[in-house]
Amino acid sequence: MNTVKEANDVLLDCQNVWKIFGARSSAAVKAVSERGLSKKQVLQDFDCVVGVSDASLQVRRGEIFCIMGLSGSGKSTLVRLLNRLIEPSLGKIVVKGREIAKLNPAELRDMRARNIGMVFQSVALLPYRTVLENAAFGLEVRGVPKDERNETARAALAKVGLSDWISRYPSELSGGMQQRVGLARALAADPEIILMDEPFSALDPLIRRQLQDEFRQLTKSLGKSAVFITHDLEEAIRIGDRIAIMKDGIIVQVGTAEEIVTKPAGDYVAEFVAGISRIHLVKAHSVMRPVGDFKTSQPHCDVDALLKASPEADIGELIDITMRSERDAVAVVENGSIVGVVTTRGLLRGVAGMPAGAPGAA
Amino acid sequence: MNPDVLRFSPGAYLAPAVDWLNANFHPFFAALTKLIETVLGGIEAALLYPPAYAVIIAAVLLAGFLIGFRAATVTAIALAFCFLSGLWTASMQTLALVTVAVMISVLVAFPLGILASRYEKFAAASRPVLDIMQTVPPWVYLIPAVMLFSLGRVPAIIATIVYGIPPMLRLTTLAFNQVPKDLLELGQASGASPRSILLKIEIPSATPTLLVGLNQCILLSLAMVVLAGLVGAGGLGAEVTRGLTRMEMGLGLRAGLAIVAIAILLDRLSKGALQGRRIGRSATAA
Ligand SMILES: Nc1ncnc2c1ncn2[C@@H]1O[C@H](COP(=O)(O)OP(=O)(O)OP(=O)(O)O)[C@@H](O)[C@H]1O
Ligand SMILES: [Mg+2]
Repeated sequence: MNTVKEANDVLLDCQNVWKIFGARSSAAVKAVSERGLSKKQVLQDFDCVVGVSDASLQVRRGEIFCIMGLSGSGKSTLVRLLNRLIEPSLGKIVVKGREIAKLNPAELRDMRARNIGMVFQSVALLPYRTVLENAAFGLEVRGVPKDERNETARAALAKVGLSDWISRYPSELSGGMQQRVGLARALAADPEIILMDEPFSALDPLIRRQLQDEFRQLTKSLGKSAVFITHDLEEAIRIGDRIAIMKDGIIVQVGTAEEIVTKPAGDYVAEFVAGISRIHLVKAHSVMRPVGDFKTSQPHCDVDALLKASPEADIGELIDITMRSERDAVAVVENGSIVGVVTTRGLLRGVAGMPAGAPGAA
Repeated sequence: MNPDVLRFSPGAYLAPAVDWLNANFHPFFAALTKLIETVLGGIEAALLYPPAYAVIIAAVLLAGFLIGFRAATVTAIALAFCFLSGLWTASMQTLALVTVAVMISVLVAFPLGILASRYEKFAAASRPVLDIMQTVPPWVYLIPAVMLFSLGRVPAIIATIVYGIPPMLRLTTLAFNQVPKDLLELGQASGASPRSILLKIEIPSATPTLLVGLNQCILLSLAMVVLAGLVGAGGLGAEVTRGLTRMEMGLGLRAGLAIVAIAILLDRLSKGALQGRRIGRSATAA
């Protein structure tokens, strides 16, 4: 298995990063590091805004990492810290083993040109350039010869389905198409990590879903890593391998979609996940009863005669299996042996989002 | 008590300063005079050496090809008027003066305008200076200019430049401040060098406003060049002055209309340069 290698292969490491805005930010930083002031206290005592507060996160190779939070929670600030468009007040950011705060301007430019691409919420296409020229921009500033960069840009535009539009101007494209040009521009530069700051927020729901799926597929097939900012938890769940939830500049929870939905850390996250459909998120292993437990409570039931499912089957699949069976339970099989049983009650509990240990578990 | 003692008289300090400059930096001013005279002479010769109709045809064709049919028509009418009113030489002299003055104004104002957009302190410091340059009646500049460069075309050009710099500088600063922040961020995030950001993002984004600044600079310079007829700069200004001193209504009117013709010509051509690009852009794109 390559999970061990992947776990070690951290491309982007952000360690206890703070960003404090304001005229007296240096004094505020000092107070924070020495006395551990809170965001409110910093605002009161120093009249400074804490944009990001003690954020730590790791993005692994090939992973799509979503950062989700409401407006003003510091998402844009955090993502701009990752490629040093904003200097951190405190903390360390390591990209591919190099601390970016220590790079000189030329090294930083090189790092941005080769390793970290960025896609903007506002798209940021140059209005006086054609789609092709826009997509080739990153290569152009890197000094790639014209034929070569146009070739690469054309290929990137083909990947996002815009081959027929290369000689048009951005103003002739719809919002979704413009956003695709932005993505193609980032892809053409071939970075290992793509930072996306709410790229799809301004689009209507249908186009948005389509772009989300396309983006996920493309990123996975190209083996890129991405940090994806969004204020929409459903989007984060559709796209992200892991999700970080931010509130007032603090990362309150990091985990997979399932972890966040089934084990929300605190009321704030719980409120967010309340409206999320669990059918495709909650897996058999988190709603099953251990097999021994089940046998003692229902001794007359023959566990071996139940239909079987894997521990990774989601509630949707389990419902399908239950409907096909005459019994009200499904056996969960791992490595050839039955490890647990999912009852109808368990399914209902999973759909309703009640935690596994809650009373009434059956 | 004698109120004269309290009277503020900056001229009393300025005049010795100008004298001092004149005494100590005469070679510098002489060299500057020579340089400007040479450039001016070259442009004048280029405009006046060929027969008038050849210049008119060439200008009309250029305007037609580079901008469009309407610009070509305006060019034809304006230049034909200058020719038919018998003021061709004076008109071309004025055109040359304005061209040189505007070139120098832009060369000075453009980089300073960028500096002002980058450094708020520089912008704050330059603002009162620009206000003074724009509000002092223009012929006041002519006095020190004549003292330093003596009579002729050069003091006229210097005074014109002083007058033409503020609008260009202000609009350059505005143009660069208006460049969308997300485009600058794009440049940085793509790893572009400051030079690439300037050339590939800032200047193209600022072009429409820069062209408005250029347009203002041209028209104000033209107004000043006419005034400079008073110090012997020649051209249409001299004709107007002559009409005035001799009370020749006909000459004054003809020269006045020729100035209007030149103004319209320069205005339409500089605006056309802006709009022509726009039309060309959407036409190729459609
Ligand atoms: N340049 C700045 N100067 C001062 N304060 C800033 C600056 N940029 C951001 N902030 C503050 O930092 C906080 C986080 O802002 P940020 O733009 O990161 O939020 P966000 O999560 O991206 O919000 P949105 O979803 O609206 O884009 C806000 O309180 C904001 O006021
Ligand atoms: Mg934001």
